[in-house]
Amino acid sequence: MKNPLDSLWGTVIAGFVLTVILYYVVKSVIGG
Amino acid sequence: MEMLPGIYRWIHIMAGVMWIGLLYYFNFVQVAALKAAQADSTAAGITKHVAPRALFYFRWAAVVTWLAGAALLGSNFGAAFMLQAGFHKIGIGAWLGTIMLLNVWGLIWPNQKKILGLVQATDEQKNKARRVAFLASRTNTMLSIPMLFFMVAQTHMPM
Repeated sequence: MKNPLDSLWGTVIAGFVLTVILYYVVKSVIGG
Repeated sequence: MEMLPGIYRWIHIMAGVMWIGLLYYFNFVQVAALKAAQADSTAAGITKHVAPRALFYFRWAAVVTWLAGAALLGSNFGAAFMLQAGFHKIGIGAWLGTIMLLNVWGLIWPNQKKILGLVQATDEQKNKARRVAFLASRTNTMLSIPMLFFMVAQTHMPM
């Protein structure tokens, strides 16, 4: 599998995906 | 004394703009520019004159950003890093920023010194250093996206 960090846009998309994951993690912690 | 948090925030943002601005310059501009410059043998202009200056401001702006951020957190420093109630968002931002600072000083800068010839390295070591520095820089670009989101979210985005 290709490393997404080898591509600039793969890096940016990975950053947005990580943001969404962390957002829901924090939201569940605050909500819980 | 009541002006201090505002001054810390001002310095934190100014240094942060320089740090992340140069990070984006490296990733969005210089990587592609170097590839093109190597094709027409003009890369020395970048590696000799631009990259060392950019790296100087990049790595020291990272330190100033972190220190001003720590000063801004003040007595809440521990609460943020331990992700205590009310500090989840800024805590995530602070952790991401800290990981990025460690990446700059622990991976990017030591490997860039080999690439730029500031320390002795064989061709094999330079090739390895190029890959490590590149991936560390790309990792920081990726981490900067949630880091900035959570820094802003602490005061501007109710969750």
